[in-house]
Amino acid sequence: MDLYKSTAHELHEKLVKKEISSVELTNNVYDRIAEVEKDVKAYVTLDKENALAQAAKVDKMIAAGEAIAPLAGIPGAIKDNISTKGLRTTCSSKMLENLNPIYDAHVIKKLRADETIFLGKTNLDEFAMGSTTETSYFGTTHNPWNLDLVPGGSSGGSAATIAAGEAIWSLGSDTGGSIRQPASFTGCVGIKPTYGRVSRYGCVAFASSLDQIGPITRDVTDAATVLNTICGVDPHDSTSLPVDVPDFTKALKQDVKGLKIGLPKEYFGAGLDPKVDAVLKKAIADYEAMGAEIVEVSLPHTEYAVITYYIIAPAEASANLARFDGVRYGYRNMKATSAPEMTTASRTEGFGSEVKRRIMLGTYVLSSGYYDAYYLKAMQVRTLIRKDFEEAFKQCDLLLTPTSPVVAYPIDGKMDPLAIYMLDVCTIPVNLAGLPGISVPAGFADGLPVGMQLIGKLLDEETILRAAYTFEQAHDYHKVMAPLGGK
Amino acid sequence: MKVTTKDVEYIAQLSRLTIPESEMEKFTEQFNQILNYADILNELDTKGIEPTAHVLPLSNVLREDIAVEGVSQEVALSNAPAVHDGGFKVPRVIE
Repeated sequence: MDLYKSTAHELHEKLVKKEISSVELTNNVYDRIAEVEKDVKAYVTLDKENALAQAAKVDKMIAAGEAIAPLAGIPGAIKDNISTKGLRTTCSSKMLENLNPIYDAHVIKKLRADETIFLGKTNLDEFAMGSTTETSYFGTTHNPWNLDLVPGGSSGGSAATIAAGEAIWSLGSDTGGSIRQPASFTGCVGIKPTYGRVSRYGCVAFASSLDQIGPITRDVTDAATVLNTICGVDPHDSTSLPVDVPDFTKALKQDVKGLKIGLPKEYFGAGLDPKVDAVLKKAIADYEAMGAEIVEVSLPHTEYAVITYYIIAPAEASANLARFDGVRYGYRNMKATSAPEMTTASRTEGFGSEVKRRIMLGTYVLSSGYYDAYYLKAMQVRTLIRKDFEEAFKQCDLLLTPTSPVVAYPIDGKMDPLAIYMLDVCTIPVNLAGLPGISVPAGFADGLPVGMQLIGKLLDEETILRAAYTFEQAHDYHKVMAPLGGK
Repeated sequence: MKVTTKDVEYIAQLSRLTIPESEMEKFTEQFNQILNYADILNELDTKGIEPTAHVLPLSNVLREDIAVEGVSQEVALSNAPAVHDGGFKVPRVIE
């Protein structure tokens, strides 16, 4: 049986009806991993023994007639920058190659309470800094749609597990698009919740004012299901919001009548691949036919968002990554004869080049004499970008844009850093403004998935989930399996 | 050029990093490329605009002062590269 292709909500039904067992399901997914992982390379670490023990525990609960949570006994994959007690958490860096966390992230604690199953930890760009997974110390993950292409990043491993049938659901993290862009490149659903919806406790900090954990799944229902578990206030994260968490699955109505969808004209301009544009134009027409009202809006500071982000995120990263000094955990150069020499040597040998570039860029923009010109300026422009969204939302209920201006591109490491940064143009502004954003499969261009991004008002995940669900149910794009071609 | 190889060397020192001689030129070039691009921000007049450090309206988050169990010494040291007498061991700090 090909259980590994199913969604979490379908499998939950089967478990409850005792048509399948969790052990059978978990073994089925591990068999799939054994079959395709050599080509996809989505995982950094697998944890089969514990996963099967947990599956057996859930099977006993079901046999005893206990009620189980929607994710109980359903195997998922966790991005390797999310702390899992007792299970190696590397951030795909040599720096943390052997780190055995002493505590669980808040989201992991919540998922464990629901008796879910963790298959293993997935590959990412080192410390989540990148858009391709190519900067991982453990090697690149390959796109299940064409193994010669990148899966996107930084949550490329989590997205690839879903597309390749190597997990039923997964968690990623999103600082500038790291959930939505890989979801787009691999034909998955990925949602970045409102900043503060999900506790960041235990998500290794990259840029603390931007980072947010969220699910990557096969369909919108599963995304809402995972959100239900991971959202909520946490005293360990002072930026987690003390607000009620709705049942997100209740928002999944197949109806967009009367919804006003805004199209920010700046997102449909130069640089957008015409084939991606054509797919989105069709999606917009579909929404209109389903009863939504389409309005054109403007976000005039969009062109400044990428560089604003590439000042603010490295600045925060340079402070966050100062903790890696070789003293308490992580890689240490054992030959150094003085403490300062040890710190410099450990960092130089433990970090890859993209991480070093961002730490240094951040150090520079925060340094005396440059702070006002770069960092303060960028924080002011961030205000302008936020206000653009506030204005736009006076005219519409949600925004529709491409998730990325392009489809997945070749793994060759030939692009220079700035060219790759520029491709984050559609996702970055959403993080700067703290808004929720979802990427849903919108169709195909030359056989590769194209993602559509829906952006909501602060704390209004429900409207974008509803619109995403309505579109998804009217199409079959999310049901097409990745062919694992190429090479 | 915004920064020279000498500036990059200094920034590396502040960051507790070393950039090898062989990569210095390319690194400096990429650094300048990014900083030159940042010039577009100067097109915007931001006088008097409040900076956004954070999007949430939260400031101090307080809780009751109740003691809870912390991390034990043994667990805290469990990932340390070198340990001595229950502490983190490092090479000599002061010559």
